[in-house]
Amino acid sequence: MSPTDIPDQTQPVLRRLTRAAELRRMWPLYLIFTTFALAALLAPLAAPFDPMEQDLFARLKPPGTTLGGYIYWLGTDELGRDLLSRIIYGARVSMMVALLSVTVSMITGTAIGLAAGYFRGWVEVILMRLVDIILSIPAILLAIIAVAVLGPGLQNLVIVLGFTRWPRYARVAYGQTLGVANMPFVAASRFIGLASWRILVRHILPNIVAPLIVVATLEFGLMIIWEAGLSFLGLGVQPPTPSWGSILSTGRNYVASAWWISTLTGACLFLLVLSVNMIGDFLRDRFDPHSIKR
Amino acid sequence: MNSFLVKRLGQTILSVWGVITVVFIILQMSGDPTLLMVPEGATQADIDSLRLQLGFDRPMIVQYGDYLWRLARLDMGVSLVQNIPVVDILAPRIFYTLYLASAALLVAFGIGLPVGIYIGIFRNNPLSRALMAVVLIGQSMPTFWSGILLIMLFAVNWAILPSSGAEGATSIILPAITLGALSMATVARITRTSIIEELGKEYIRAAKARGLSFAAVIGRHVMRNASIPLITIAALELSNLLAGAVIVETVFAWPGLGLLAVQSIEARDFPVVQVLVLLGSVVYIGLNLIADILYSVVDPRIKLDGQQG
Repeated sequence: MSPTDIPDQTQPVLRRLTRAAELRRMWPLYLIFTTFALAALLAPLAAPFDPMEQDLFARLKPPGTTLGGYIYWLGTDELGRDLLSRIIYGARVSMMVALLSVTVSMITGTAIGLAAGYFRGWVEVILMRLVDIILSIPAILLAIIAVAVLGPGLQNLVIVLGFTRWPRYARVAYGQTLGVANMPFVAASRFIGLASWRILVRHILPNIVAPLIVVATLEFGLMIIWEAGLSFLGLGVQPPTPSWGSILSTGRNYVASAWWISTLTGACLFLLVLSVNMIGDFLRDRFDPHSIKR
Repeated sequence: MNSFLVKRLGQTILSVWGVITVVFIILQMSGDPTLLMVPEGATQADIDSLRLQLGFDRPMIVQYGDYLWRLARLDMGVSLVQNIPVVDILAPRIFYTLYLASAALLVAFGIGLPVGIYIGIFRNNPLSRALMAVVLIGQSMPTFWSGILLIMLFAVNWAILPSSGAEGATSIILPAITLGALSMATVARITRTSIIEELGKEYIRAAKARGLSFAAVIGRHVMRNASIPLITIAALELSNLLAGAVIVETVFAWPGLGLLAVQSIEARDFPVVQVLVLLGSVVYIGLNLIADILYSVVDPRIKLDGQQG
């Protein structure tokens, strides 16, 4: 048993937070998440300004400044761009990168885990060794070298995140497939002559999808942080495209004169990640039979 | 025990080989690795001569063999930008990253341990719930935000601590707190877990029945057993802290290896990036190995199965 397998007894506390009259109590989380999701989806309608439009007369104005008949609710940045609009468009970038990279890694990881768990033999040995190896590289370093090679940018960010994170899904899919593949209905499907891919996709996949969705939710929160982190380092989405990470990075240079840039952007990042993580924890408790045992 | 060790060592060697190979493959994925190695504005003739010089014109399998052979001799290559061996660039930076990581580990255990003990013993009082919330929040705050907030408060508003760099004794404080916060939450949670686990055991009731004071029960019995997982956690967390240092060093302009990695990518100094990633991965794998070995060595209950109580 490795130290990380120690049963985590903080779960009951978290569960008390999320489960007792669960849905009613969870509403602030859903509200936060829905707000950000809608803002991201409807960014062109929700943002009061063009997030790229510079106005040098409106540089570094604090939240609530009224200028020329417009209100800058969250203030402006060093180029006079409206911070609220940039945060809204940043949410769009953030959620898009997270959604796409989670999709890429989930599909890749699930396919590999399914194959390893179903075909067994040398396929299993090679694929699961590969999983172990990738998991033993610190993921941030893997992402850094991949971005360094491929070059920064939104598309490469999705590729890098997608292909560094698939082993987690592969492990879960593999473990679940091992359990399901031994069930009588799988043998029955084989006896009536179904093709392997058909058994995998039509019969095994639907039975293992719940825990994968739980992993995906938790990974979604992590990918939002990673997108911001890599963009903060200058390795992600490139300016002038608004990303929470790059806004924070410029805000770092204006801590003395414009507190709102990094404080408010970071607060949005924090709230979104917290809501996603707590929803993820809740889903895990609902779906994962192991964490429900007391 | 011995077969466990042999198996674990085999896995470690395989992992190290895997990391080296993955880095090689990523390098080839760029299409032409020569382009990664040339300074900006190089002519086609420069690129061609460098390709010959670096041997990128050879078959891939030959390149791979050569690459392994150079690493086996610990030949780390030469920086493209500064034109000196990569090792000479790394060496002065190692101290700063180790300093930061150990200070952060100190913060993590210095705060996480007492907090974890408290919330493990007193599970339902208001202070305990408040601390639990702080731990949860600390865990969800990205370091590049919490770091900036700390700079605003302590360096700008109150002007009592430096905002960046490594000048003077106090400059370590903010980076160490920022980096340590994540591990602090982990340490607190695991301490809490093991204390609750120990408190539920029979020998605690026996100790209380013998008339031991509450403090003696906690100090002499609970803590001694609860500290076992924490020793291994220290090794694991140290490896996480080293990885996390990349961002924290950038926030605080701390002159360690993490900042060097980011600067080297900006300067397109690929040999340096490559060595940093390899070094980081090997250290990470090594610390994980140490954590696993410690876990099996330190826990006497594994050896003395059935003799406890």
